Amino acid sequence: MIICITARAGGMDAQAEQRFARAPYFTFVNTETGASESIENPLIDASGGVGPRAVQMLSDRGVTVVITGHVGGNAARALAAGGFKAFAYPGSGSVADALAAYNAGNLQPISLA
Amino acid sequence: MKIAIASGKGGTGKSTVAANLAWVLARSRDIVLVDCDVEEPNLHLYFPAEETDVPVTALVPEIDFERCNFCGECGKFCRFGALAVVKDTVLTFPYLCHSCGGCALVCPRGAIKEVPRTIGKVSCSRPLPRLVLITGVLNEGEVLAPSVIKAAKMFAEGHPLIMYDASPGIACPVIDTLEGSDYCLLVTESTPFGLHDLRLAAGVAEELGIPAGVVINRSDGKDEETVAFCREHDLPILATIPFSREIASIQNRGGLIARDLPGWEERFAALSDAILEVGP
Amino acid sequence: MIRLAVISGKGGTGKTMVAAALADIGGVPQVLADCDVDAANLALLLDPRRLTTEEFRGLEVGRIDHDLCSDCGICADRCRFGAIVHRDDAWVVDTLHCEGCGVCAYVCPMGAIEMVPHVCGEIYTSETDLGNLAHARLFPGSGNSGLLVVEVKKRAVALSEGADLMLADGPPGIGCPLIATVSGMNAVLIVTEPGIAALHDLERLVTVCRRFEVQIFVVINRFDLADDICRDIEEFCAKEDLTLAGKIPFDPVVVEAVRAGEPVTRRESRATDALHGIRDRLYSDLGLI
Ligand code: SF4
Ligand code: SF4
Repeated sequence: MIICITARAGGMDAQAEQRFARAPYFTFVNTETGASESIENPLIDASGGVGPRAVQMLSDRGVTVVITGHVGGNAARALAAGGFKAFAYPGSGSVADALAAYNAGNLQPISLA
Repeated sequence: MKIAIASGKGGTGKSTVAANLAWVLARSRDIVLVDCDVEEPNLHLYFPAEETDVPVTALVPEIDFERCNFCGECGKFCRFGALAVVKDTVLTFPYLCHSCGGCALVCPRGAIKEVPRTIGKVSCSRPLPRLVLITGVLNEGEVLAPSVIKAAKMFAEGHPLIMYDASPGIACPVIDTLEGSDYCLLVTESTPFGLHDLRLAAGVAEELGIPAGVVINRSDGKDEETVAFCREHDLPILATIPFSREIASIQNRGGLIARDLPGWEERFAALSDAILEVGP
Repeated sequence: MIRLAVISGKGGTGKTMVAAALADIGGVPQVLADCDVDAANLALLLDPRRLTTEEFRGLEVGRIDHDLCSDCGICADRCRFGAIVHRDDAWVVDTLHCEGCGVCAYVCPMGAIEMVPHVCGEIYTSETDLGNLAHARLFPGSGNSGLLVVEVKKRAVALSEGADLMLADGPPGIGCPLIATVSGMNAVLIVTEPGIAALHDLERLVTVCRRFEVQIFVVINRFDLADDICRDIEEFCAKEDLTLAGKIPFDPVVVEAVRAGEPVTRRESRATDALHGIRDRLYSDLGLI
C-alpha cells in the first residue's frame, strides 16, 4: 500500500502540511517496503482546478491512502471516485509523526461524501 | 455607433447614467442597450418589461466509456482541473471547464465529445417603443463571464446605435465589453477612490485605442483633482451630476432623473449629442 | 485568529470606508488584507509604508518562437479564444485574450509554442499605523484576480504574527475573486445601501456566501436615503436570518474624510457614532472583545 502525506518540504522529518492539493510537497511511503520518496508539487502555483489534478497524479502513482489537513470539494469527489481513503492529521508535527499517528489508528477519516 | 459605459470603480452610478442616456436617446431614435455586467446585471431594474430568454451554453467534455481506456491524457492536458482520470473512471468538473477543446484533441481514442452546457442566459425585452434591452446573465458560481458578454453583444450586432454597460473594474470582462466600441464614456466620482480607479479605466481605453470622455457623478463641487487629471490626459468632461438627496432617492428606487426630474432630460440630451458627435 | 471580510455585492456601497473604519477603531491586534485587487483602494486611507513588492505570475500563456514558426496558422485555427493574431507579418499570442489552455502548444507541428508564466500584477506588503497590510495591483485586462486574492491572503497570514483578527476588504461582485476572498473566512460583513440594485445584488451575494461556513452580518450604509427600501432590506435580513450589525446614516463627513485620505472615524460625526456601534456588536459576536 502506498500512503501519501502532504508536507512543507521533502523527507520524513519535514513538517506535515494542512493543505492538500496546494501542499508544497507530497511524500509517498510504501508500507510493504518502508521506502519513502518526496516530490515537489508541480501544481503549487497552478491557477485552478488543482484538486482533481492532484488526485489524478496520486492515482497514477498507485496511492490509496492520503494523510492531510483539509480536502476541498472537487478533490474530495475525485478521491471518493478513485476509492481513496483520506485521514486528517491536525497536528503540526512531522511527516513521520503523522504516519505514526496513522499507524496507531489515531487519525480521523475525512468524509469524502 | 457603439458606445461603452465603463468605470474602474464599482458603484459610481455607471448603470444609472447608461439608463438615463438610453432613455433620452430612445425619445428620438432606435437604440439597443446591452447590459454586459453579467455578474450583477441591473439595467433591467430601471426598465421592467417582459423578457424573452435565450440560454448561453459552453462546450464541455462528455466521455464515451465504450471507447475510453483510462489512459489519463485528457486529465494531464487540462490546465483547469476540469477532468480527472482516477482508477477506472473519468470525472468531469464542468464548472471548471474553459471550453478550450483540448481534451477532445488529445484523446487518442476519440472518446471525448463536446456537449453544450448552460452557463447563463441572454434576456431580451422592449421596454420602450424605440429601446431594446439585452441583458447578459451569468449563472451564480460560473466562471465564463466573457462567453456571456460575447453572446449578449452578438444579439445587438447590426443595429446602428448600441450602448454597452460594462462591469466595474479593469479585468478581462471589461476588455471584452470595450472591444469594438467607437467611444467609451467613463463614469467617475470625485473622491480619491474615484480618481484612482478612473486612472486605471482611462488607461484601458487608451490601450485599446478607444476615444473616451468623462462624466463626474455625485459631485459635491470639489472636483479640482479630477478636472486636473482629465485636462492632463485630454479627456473631455461631458457632464457633471451633483450629489443631491433628491437625485439619490429617485435613483435608489429605480427612477430615471432624465424622466422624473425637470431639467435633466435636456442635460442628458446634451450629453448624448456630445457623444454622438464623436461617432464615425 | 478570526478572519473577517467586508464585502458588498454591488460596488460603491461604502465597503472600503467601513473596512478602514473598523481597522481604525477595532482595538484588537490585526492584519489587513485588501482583496479588492481590481481597484485596491484601502491603502489610500491608511498611509502605508511599503515593505516588499513581488511580481504576480498568474496563468501561463503561449509564446511563439518565430525562428521555429513556419507560419502555418494551425494554432490560430484551434485557439477558441481568438488569442492568436497575425501582427506585423507574424503570428503572435495576444495575452489579453489568452486563457492559458495550452491547445496551441499541443497542435503546433513545429513545436514552436511554449507556455510561459505571464506577469499580470504586483503583490505588496506594507506596514501601517493600524497593522500590517497585504495588498496588490492587477494589471489592466488580466484575468485570474481570484488567484491574486489567494496570494494576498497568504501574505496577510504570513504577516499576522500576534494578530487576533484578519480584516479583509473584499471585491465587489459574486465571481471568482469574491469566492476566493470568502473561502476560509469565519465571517463576512456585507455593506449594502437602500437601493433596488443593491438589494438585488445582496440576494445573489447571500446565495454565494451560504456555500461557505461563514457567519453573515449586514450593515446598511446611507440608510436614510430611502427609508422604504431600507425596510425591505431589514425584512430580507430577518427572513434570511442574517444579523443586522447596524445602520449608518448619510453623512457628508464621510466624503470629506475619504478626500483627506483618512478613515471617517478620525472625525466626529453621526457616521462615526454608528460605526462604533457596529464595531461593538460585530466584535462581541465574533468573540473578539
Ligand atoms: S475543454 Fe479544455 S478546459 Fe474543458 S475539460 Fe477539456 S481540456 Fe479542460
Ligand atoms: S494557450 Fe490556449 S488560449 Fe492561449 S493562445 Fe494558446 S490556444 Fe489560445
